[in-house]
Amino acid sequence: MRELKLMKGNEAIAHAAIRCGADGYFGYPITPQSEVMETLMAERPWESTGMVVLQAESEIASINMVYGGAGCGKRVLTSSSSPGVSLMQEGLTYLAGSELPCVIVNVVRGGPGLGTIQPAQSDYFQSVKGGGHGDYKLITLAPASVQEMADFVELSFDLAFKYRNPVMILSDGAIGQMMEKVELDEFKPRWTDEYIEQNHKWATMGKKKGDERSVITSVQLDASVQEDFNHKLQAKYREVEENEVRFEKIMCDDADYIFVAYGSSARICQKSIEIARAKGIKVGMLRPITLYPFPVKELQELAKQVKGMLSVELSAGQMVEDVRLAVNGKVPVEHYGRFGGIMHSPGEVVEALEQKIIGE
Amino acid sequence: MADTNTIISPENLVYKKTDVLLDNVMHYCPGCTHGTVHKLIAEVIDEMGIQETTIGIAPVGCAVLAYNYLDIDWQEAAHGRAPALATAVKRLLPNKNVFSYQGDGDLAAIGTAETIHACNRGENIVMVFINNGIYGMTGGQMAPTTLPGMPASTCPAGRDTSHDGMPIKISELLAQLPGTCYVTRQSAHTAANVRKTKKALRKAFENQQANKGTSLVEVVSTCSSGWKMSPVQANKWMEEHMFAYYPLGDMKDE
Amino acid sequence: MARAKGAIVVDTVQCKGCGVCVSACPTQVIKLADAVNGKGYHYAYMENPDACIGCTSCGIVCPDTCITVYRAKPVTV
Repeated sequence: MRELKLMKGNEAIAHAAIRCGADGYFGYPITPQSEVMETLMAERPWESTGMVVLQAESEIASINMVYGGAGCGKRVLTSSSSPGVSLMQEGLTYLAGSELPCVIVNVVRGGPGLGTIQPAQSDYFQSVKGGGHGDYKLITLAPASVQEMADFVELSFDLAFKYRNPVMILSDGAIGQMMEKVELDEFKPRWTDEYIEQNHKWATMGKKKGDERSVITSVQLDASVQEDFNHKLQAKYREVEENEVRFEKIMCDDADYIFVAYGSSARICQKSIEIARAKGIKVGMLRPITLYPFPVKELQELAKQVKGMLSVELSAGQMVEDVRLAVNGKVPVEHYGRFGGIMHSPGEVVEALEQKIIGE
Repeated sequence: MADTNTIISPENLVYKKTDVLLDNVMHYCPGCTHGTVHKLIAEVIDEMGIQETTIGIAPVGCAVLAYNYLDIDWQEAAHGRAPALATAVKRLLPNKNVFSYQGDGDLAAIGTAETIHACNRGENIVMVFINNGIYGMTGGQMAPTTLPGMPASTCPAGRDTSHDGMPIKISELLAQLPGTCYVTRQSAHTAANVRKTKKALRKAFENQQANKGTSLVEVVSTCSSGWKMSPVQANKWMEEHMFAYYPLGDMKDE
Repeated sequence: MARAKGAIVVDTVQCKGCGVCVSACPTQVIKLADAVNGKGYHYAYMENPDACIGCTSCGIVCPDTCITVYRAKPVTV
């Protein structure tokens, strides 16, 4: 039975992980997401579901523990915030290169460097463009509520295993720290080793007699083999782009303008829509739920209808580049956003729309 | 008196390649200790009957392709991260036998944090540590374990300890940690030493089955290409120079 | 006096001619060939087969596991 509770976004991640039958969590403390591991440690899932929870010595170790666990076909996750996720980039490219399914939660804070501990969305490029070396992609989901923090954990595991690819939940300090009511899913059992052995032959569960052995690796010394592998990865990404685009359209039907915003910026923009519409400006919003794959087709459709788009982000302008690429010059696309840990107000966003888009 | 041809018959067989070793020709240079230690691990796995339940974690370095040689499940780690992988594999599959296989650059330089903390947590794993005092795969650069005065491509005049510090005795350091149950240093250059190393590896895997904590088997090794010597000269040089700084024997056996 | 009598078979295709077995042999049975194998290595072979006691030292130290060792029951000489 689903249960209604009041909790922080970070806590919802932890509860959802236990309930969806995750096998392991490996993490390292960093503000503003430490409640994820704190909640897991308080819940003691190793006594109930058998889930392993371990505090690693660094984010480098935790992402590599995730690699080890994922290599065994187990459903494992980690969480961190921006500086910690930077440390994980090595692990992420190896995970992508070895085609290992896992979930990484980034509760983003302001940067660069040690930055601030307040919310930001300035890790967009790092998440959707690769982040580490080599041609790879992370499927990236952007929750805009505590409910979505919870719901996206199981969804992320499903996508990760469907495509054998790491999945990033790109949240921010606001969604992580805010308390909202959340309906938690019922407890589901963890996969048995037998299930993994039958369904994920690639996993290192020990080489059974007569079976092919499993080798998890990302090294290919032969360049032509490496190129073939890259073609295979790219084909997989095209499939992801074809099948997994998720978004929400809010008041777009009659819109002359739209905001493009995700996560906490999308929450702010909902109020901005109200303010703008009260002033007679017909504005709607496209909220990408998957940042990779990006809702390119939907934006192309909207570009036929609206006079301009404002990409609203807690960054100096990152997603705006993808919006412009999608729209390809058809309508003006501008960026507005506060950053470094400051959040824009709904009124500021409307002013930006008036000045940068409508005013032209 | 029996001649050679009559001796070579199945009933007289006393030593052959274990089936746990695959038929792939090893990419290692002639005389490389990696080959010998791979074989010993394979023999121990064979003799303990744990081929179906053993998972190896390969390093970055010359042994990056170790998975081509032992017929078991493997994961290939990023440079230095093998102990982190091994930690998760063992915790999620506590009934499997898990070992990491790492060189000195991997275990004692870039992966020092992962090494120390896996040992400090007492992860119930085996760590095999090949110490040849040099970076082999990248072409013979100075390692954390390069001896004072020993030349390498990034210290062509020999390691200057006033500039680079002394070589790290990481096994001695790890023996101090309560999480390790067995820390030993062996070599594989003579038949007697190979036998001792095999015994040490067997003990390490048995410790894991007895849930005793981390076992570390260091093997002082040669790198004839990196050292620019013949394999036989390298063995002699190792005896004369390496063993003085890295004395063989058990540092801890609990 | 009873003495074990042995023999070895070297996989001359895989042998890399490192010579570790030559120095490991207590009875000087093994030498490196003047000829080379397909990879250009001077492979190991039994130069003095009569001296082999089948002790397995050469096989044990061989990094490429190229040597198989046989030992007949001791015979009285």
